[in-house]
Amino acid sequence: MRRSRGERVFTACNAVFLTGVVVLTLYPFVNIVARSLSAEHAIRTGQVNLRPLGFNLTTYRVVLSDSVFWTDYGNTVLYTAVSTAVSMVLTVCYAYVLSRRDVKGRGVLVGVAVFTMFFTGGLIPNYVLVSALGLRNSVWAIALPNAINVFNLLVMKSFFESLPVELQEAAAVDGLGTYGMLVRIVLPLSKAMVATMVLFYAVAFWNSWFPAFLYLDRAELFPVTIYLRNLIAGATAGTDQNAASDTALQIAANIQAVTIVLTVLPIMLVYPFIQRYFVRGLMLGAVKG
Amino acid sequence: MDALTRQAPVGAGSAPEAPAAPRLVPRRRTWRRALRRDWQLYSLAVLPLMFFVVFRYLPMVGNVIAFRRFRPGGSIFGETWVGLRYVRLFVSDPTFWQVFGNTLKIGSLTVLFCFPLPVVLALLLNEIRTRWLQRFVQSVTYLPHFLSVVVVAAIVFQVLSLDGVVNQGLAVVGHAAVPFMQQPGWFRAIYVSSEVWQTVGWGTILYLAALTTIDEDLYEAARLDGAGRWRQAWHVTLPGIRPTMMTLLILNVGTFMAVGFEKVLLLYNPLTYPSADVISTYLYRVGVVSGSFSYAAAIGLFESVIGLTLVLVTNAISRRTVGTSLW
Repeated sequence: MRRSRGERVFTACNAVFLTGVVVLTLYPFVNIVARSLSAEHAIRTGQVNLRPLGFNLTTYRVVLSDSVFWTDYGNTVLYTAVSTAVSMVLTVCYAYVLSRRDVKGRGVLVGVAVFTMFFTGGLIPNYVLVSALGLRNSVWAIALPNAINVFNLLVMKSFFESLPVELQEAAAVDGLGTYGMLVRIVLPLSKAMVATMVLFYAVAFWNSWFPAFLYLDRAELFPVTIYLRNLIAGATAGTDQNAASDTALQIAANIQAVTIVLTVLPIMLVYPFIQRYFVRGLMLGAVKG
Repeated sequence: MDALTRQAPVGAGSAPEAPAAPRLVPRRRTWRRALRRDWQLYSLAVLPLMFFVVFRYLPMVGNVIAFRRFRPGGSIFGETWVGLRYVRLFVSDPTFWQVFGNTLKIGSLTVLFCFPLPVVLALLLNEIRTRWLQRFVQSVTYLPHFLSVVVVAAIVFQVLSLDGVVNQGLAVVGHAAVPFMQQPGWFRAIYVSSEVWQTVGWGTILYLAALTTIDEDLYEAARLDGAGRWRQAWHVTLPGIRPTMMTLLILNVGTFMAVGFEKVLLLYNPLTYPSADVISTYLYRVGVVSGSFSYAAAIGLFESVIGLTLVLVTNAISRRTVGTSLW
């Protein structure tokens, strides 16, 4: 079909507009990377835009040899692993119960979860509760209060519901109990979905900072998000900054950019591989949720 | 979710010793039978239910400290009733009304921009006929969604710093550098644009999915009736994605009162409080920082109730007018 003039104009404008969107999205990233690699003088005088000026790796070297940074990075890995494991066990168990149409009281069990999407206790009662339970300064303060994400739960539930019932019926006839059914029939059929859920939770916990900010008082327990947060809040300089040497000035000028790059790097590296799982998970949740 | 509302909530303990209710006896027996038959299944629900009870429903009950005197280290439900004392306190607190106003302004601006822009972007993306190009634009615009709010805040600080790219741009047009993060007048613009930057791409996914479900025949019929591209978009495309739009609008409105609490907390500072301080950050400072837990809980309860009301009202309006409802 031949395109009219109006359509060609539209296509051209659309291309220009979408190029603008792509540029605007990527601009800050490129700028931060450029700043992280530039010399102090160029940054201070506002010359660093998309290209590093006075290329140097001093600050990277300093941050990467800072033991606090590595401790915090290790904490992030630990918290993400523990929290994701807890979340997965609870989510899979509950989603499986909810997916069984024959279970009595199913409506109530679904309602218990869904209601919490629209009404929550709020910050203060949660804070009081977690403190009263003695969870402060432990990984449990991060893992337990946000263990089940109801959206993820509903995604998992609708996936389990989409599995053929006949398989489970046949397994029941063969004398397989509920636990066996879940572990030996349902989960092996849901590998891709389970992987998606692990990613959903892991990225959320990797990125989280507020529970850690609220409940962790000791510096050696902080995740790397708090390391970065303290940098932008000016609470700590990251490394000692008392000397007005050239190195110290260099570090002060681009330590935030360097830390941003180092924090985002793992997400960026896995992003091309995880993106489609996220999209699929989101759509699955939207269909039934 | 329809089944949920129709099914009467029958708890395990609701049946016993009800007098002269012949229907309850068999129901009780079926519960017993259900438990005996499916005990393994129910056992799987025990830990998750404990999670919901302890970390979701207990804090809801914990809101009673809004009406009780609370002593740190004492009972999480407070010590003695004080009635509406804390409610009266915040109603007559000028700071509360200031943060209330800020919440409404930031919340409405966020909905105003973050709700329609993904629709526009999705429609434009849908017009790209080159498959790989469409994929590329999608991948790029989804990217910010995966960043921690701390990283987004840190990027905002870098980009808007005195030596950052925005001020470089201003220097080119001969404007003096602006300390954006220190000026209350800039806060809302900064907040909303960083929110758009992070969410607009990801927000298109559901619309793009809805667009693929629109029947091609409808476009064909519209063309035969002489409708151009604009009228096709108006009469076929938009009605096709309306249910998705309404669902997302209701969900957007639901988070209206909470606004991006974490991001405000990261971006604001005492200099920008006049425009940046919102209900949730105020109650955070009053409660967690200063230790006035009951007062903060009263404000928080007010916020949650308004949030829930907004969802219910929007949902009711949506159900009446376009027939889309969350449940």
